[in-house]
Amino acid sequence: MAAGMLMPMVRFAVDPILQEHGAGDYILTDQAVADLTEEPVRVDFAYEQVDAWYTSEVTSSAWVYKEGDKIVALSPVCKHLGCTVNWAADPEHPTQFFCPCHAGRYEKNGQNIAGTPPLGPLDEYQVEERDGYLAIGAVQANTIV
Amino acid sequence: MLNKLYDWVDERLDITPIWRDIADHEVPEHVNPAHHFSAFVYCFGGLTFFITVIQILSGMFLTMYYVPDIENAWESVYYLQNEVAFGEIVRGMHHWGASLVVVMIFLHTLRVFFTGSYKKPRELNWIVGVMLFGVILGLSFTGYLLPWDMKALFATKVGIEIAASVPVIGESIKILLAGDSTILGAQTLTRFFAIHVFFLPAALLGLLAAHFIMIRRQGISGPL
Repeated sequence: MAAGMLMPMVRFAVDPILQEHGAGDYILTDQAVADLTEEPVRVDFAYEQVDAWYTSEVTSSAWVYKEGDKIVALSPVCKHLGCTVNWAADPEHPTQFFCPCHAGRYEKNGQNIAGTPPLGPLDEYQVEERDGYLAIGAVQANTIV
Repeated sequence: MLNKLYDWVDERLDITPIWRDIADHEVPEHVNPAHHFSAFVYCFGGLTFFITVIQILSGMFLTMYYVPDIENAWESVYYLQNEVAFGEIVRGMHHWGASLVVVMIFLHTLRVFFTGSYKKPRELNWIVGVMLFGVILGLSFTGYLLPWDMKALFATKVGIEIAASVPVIGESIKILLAGDSTILGAQTLTRFFAIHVFFLPAALLGLLAAHFIMIRRQGISGPL
């Protein structure tokens, strides 16, 4: 009887863990692929986010650069505690990503620098080129480090 | 008049032994600040309880205006603080009391530690006390999000990342707290509200009952 009462409530509470997530669609940005260089630039993009009963337009950003012909888009979310990192924000390290919260640093390819707080490399976005413009997909673990 | 009423009830229900057992007992000299002023350190536990009662009462009244919904949470807090009579006072009680209860429970823990009161036979009460400390910190964490301002949002983002760093089950804890694997939003706020006003207070009251029953069973620890 206790199980009969508890089971629905527990299943109710853990539902978010068990919910299936569909693969994300690519979001078209207004960044022309031809304009990308080897220097990371911040690309902002907006998409419709469904948060249970609340749907809203959300803006997010990525740090994008070209590595040869390959386009690399890194997530700006610090792997320490989730603050937002910036390229070359620390004058002493002009070729690294820098997190202002606890001075975490990353190489250009997202590799975290030993001795700073982050424990892993920056996540990477899946990218596509559409009609000359950059399209950004789902976040995945860093594949280039 | 009141005496007569009391006698009338007491004659039928014999309530005197009940309240005598709860309230009528000697306070030993070594814990009474009236005898030795330095004994004020023995008051921290009682002060923690006193502030906890204020938190429960002020929190109950805050929910008369507060709405745990991302569109209206901040507006409702703004309204109850600035438009409602004594809103600033009632919210202030809850806001400052929240910090004070953590300070007090910490001082109480230090007192118990430095007087060695956790030793046999009171080990179980120390364990319950540590659990109470955890519940109080949980209440602080979940309550912090409810005003739904920028500070609350980003503090909770960081807090949830800390929870996610637990080995193996971290990701599940994160989703269980946030209500979504990536978004900190509508479901996070309702969950934190439910945890803050129902789940943790229920745990708090249960643990407090155990804490106090054990004190009455074992008595106050002896002088140093």
